Amino acid sequence: MTTTQPTIEALVADLEARFDDVDLGHVRAWKDGARHRLAVGCLPVFAPREVIWAAGALPVFVRGAGDRIETIRGDAYYQSYICHLPRSTLELGLLGHLDVLDGMVFPNTCDVIRNLSGMWQTSFPQHIVRFLDPPQTAEPASAAAYLHHELTTLFRDLCAHNGVEPVPARLHLAIADYAAANVVMRELAAARQREPWNLPVDEVYLLKRAADSMPPRDWADLARRYLAAAAARGRKPEDRIRVCLVGSFCEQPPRALLRAAEKAGCYIIDDDLTLGVEPNGPDPLLGDDGDPMAAIVAAWLRTTRPSAVRYDEHGTAGRILAERVAAVGADGVVFAAPSFCDPALLDQPRLTRVLDQRNIPYTSFKYAENTGQFQAIREQAGTFADSVKLWGTA
Amino acid sequence: MIKKEPSMDAQKDLLAGYFARLGRAKDEGRPVVYTFVPGNLVELMAAFDVAPVYPEVNALQSAMRQRSSGFIREAERGGHSEDVCSYVKCDLGMLAKGNVGPTGDTIPPPDLLLLSFTGCFTFMKWFELLREQYDCEVAMLHVPYVGDGVVTAAMRAYVVEQLQREVIPKLEKVTGKRLDLDKLRAQLARSRQAEEDLAWVFKSARHRPSPIDAYFGGVYYIGPIFTSFRGSEDACRYYAMLRGEVEERLAAGLGPITPEGSLGDEKFRLVVEGPPNWTSFRDFWKIFYDEGAVCVASTYTQVGGTYERGFRHDPANPLESLADYCLSCYTNLPLPQRSRILADMVKEYEADGFVIHSVKSCNSFSAGQLHMLREVERLTGVPGGFIESDLVDARYYGQANIKNRIESYLQMLHARRTGGSVPPPPRPERVHLEVVP
Repeated sequence: MTTTQPTIEALVADLEARFDDVDLGHVRAWKDGARHRLAVGCLPVFAPREVIWAAGALPVFVRGAGDRIETIRGDAYYQSYICHLPRSTLELGLLGHLDVLDGMVFPNTCDVIRNLSGMWQTSFPQHIVRFLDPPQTAEPASAAAYLHHELTTLFRDLCAHNGVEPVPARLHLAIADYAAANVVMRELAAARQREPWNLPVDEVYLLKRAADSMPPRDWADLARRYLAAAAARGRKPEDRIRVCLVGSFCEQPPRALLRAAEKAGCYIIDDDLTLGVEPNGPDPLLGDDGDPMAAIVAAWLRTTRPSAVRYDEHGTAGRILAERVAAVGADGVVFAAPSFCDPALLDQPRLTRVLDQRNIPYTSFKYAENTGQFQAIREQAGTFADSVKLWGTA
Repeated sequence: MIKKEPSMDAQKDLLAGYFARLGRAKDEGRPVVYTFVPGNLVELMAAFDVAPVYPEVNALQSAMRQRSSGFIREAERGGHSEDVCSYVKCDLGMLAKGNVGPTGDTIPPPDLLLLSFTGCFTFMKWFELLREQYDCEVAMLHVPYVGDGVVTAAMRAYVVEQLQREVIPKLEKVTGKRLDLDKLRAQLARSRQAEEDLAWVFKSARHRPSPIDAYFGGVYYIGPIFTSFRGSEDACRYYAMLRGEVEERLAAGLGPITPEGSLGDEKFRLVVEGPPNWTSFRDFWKIFYDEGAVCVASTYTQVGGTYERGFRHDPANPLESLADYCLSCYTNLPLPQRSRILADMVKEYEADGFVIHSVKSCNSFSAGQLHMLREVERLTGVPGGFIESDLVDARYYGQANIKNRIESYLQMLHARRTGGSVPPPPRPERVHLEVVP
């Protein structure tokens, strides 16, 4: 008996179906597959996936609704100068699209998401709602002790809710599961940098978004199938520049915007769209004490990839971005931040100063998750690409 | 001509003295420490005899002197988005233009950037930007957000450990001094004394008529205790004086002082949520007192300490007390708790209504306020009003629009109360009130 390798069209169609299913039917199916299964929503950017998974709960990143539903009720909760993600997230909840979830974890990403945690407590009392404030201090001992306490509390509470024992073995297994997914996530990153013409940004994005709500080993299997199918495409490279996309780590740009930027002449070979499901440093490694939670904590504190929502202790975010641009072989940077996003927008001047010093070209624009007009962005990206190709600068 | 009350002069002198001392700090060998108002560690800083600088106070003072717009434009020319916090842009613009403070004195550069990261995520980004400008020590104090409304032992221990391992060693390094715990305890004891008097002053608004305006007047009252003076003899004297004056007003049955004199006819009692607009502060205030509306309680006056709700510094447990102070500041509390505080104040102060002033710059305050509006209405049965502007960006303040909304809201409250027409506004006697928040 032979197994048939799915066509890339079939794989992408499956990814699109997952992405478009705002009711999270695949999460429902997973929950129904066995007893003692929960699903816990996680707002961007960083969430303790291993801890949630260890408690028998599927972590499900909730990154707003994008342009998939029309936001009406959610708009009634926010002034015009607040970003769009909390509006559509509320809309999803109020319309029952998130009923499959048993809880929500809100990491301290910004004041908007922070305050959304309180609104969620009031509006969705059936959910376990947790606000997680990962340490932002440079003082490592205090940070480790505090984070260990917070994650242990979350683990125990979720286990109790799920009717399972909070034993370390569950954490060991979860660490191994996500390490397996991280291996493939790193392969994916390398493949798109190597052959972006075979891995268009829209497909890579859909694949990474699938990781938002899939069991880690299932996702790893899916991603391997996609990588094999993409490599077999044999497309020819086009005359496009290679760029890193920076600033879209929370509210997501519409897929059409990503496609528009790429078609305008920019291979997006690196991005920060889905930071929470990507390895941002070494995987958790068990220490001498054999405490898996301590390993998760240590991995979090050792995160090597800066982001606007982590305290830039050494003021090196700009330098690290420049080094990343060089490491992935990018020609420039596209800053794409959601309107009214304080963390992303306040970071930009610090980052661009370093890029200026190193003569790395960049361009920037803002968007909302439900932006519907891309002509201006297409022209801007196209002009940027042409400038870099012609003169090596923007 | 109405006589100014002595506490007004005293407060003006305090602020002038603060900026003058700040200007001399380097000559006198006093290290300068930049920090933020919510969750500030002024008692600890005073124990080391350093000179604190509060960037957001500089921003609001600049706005009251109509200087913030230029600073904001300067920052935007430097690449900062029109979307982001105007306090940050005002401060960075002021820095780009020579760091000349609101009183005309140059603000000295910091020897230590002490980020007490309480109740506002943007503070962290602000300090990352400031750190680029200065070659100095940096201390980070991460104060966890009280997401479930309960200060846990783990949170307290985390903050205390950071004080012991990060903040105090950095202060010892820049000052060359060891922490004198007795000196810190004495500071905290004086803080407690001033906090008692301030809390009494705010609670005086439960009387009818209220002898104070707890929002527009309140921002003057909180100035010393939210910034450099908490824990000082000066603060104890000021708050004792203020309390004495309010006691006299209460005994005489007088209403609050406004820039145009005592308000004689208290027609509406309001609770206010959110910071004021600083660029048109007096015009903003006038909208309320022209209608006989008195703000009997506010949440903004709790961003630097919830004294009115019972918090007091505890000299017996100095570091734990500082931790509790940081953790319990108003904007470090979750929205359900903030809604309950608002609802409680509506009831305790027998308010006719509550107004939410939403500012574009401050997501910590503003994100979720429309939800709070519904919640407080549900909890109290009292309808709320909603107005929008900004902290220090004059482009977002629209006098006519806000006036229209407030007047309509008050007419609605009046109609709800009586079913009749709105009475004519009172005509208070004019008085010049110094701008010393």
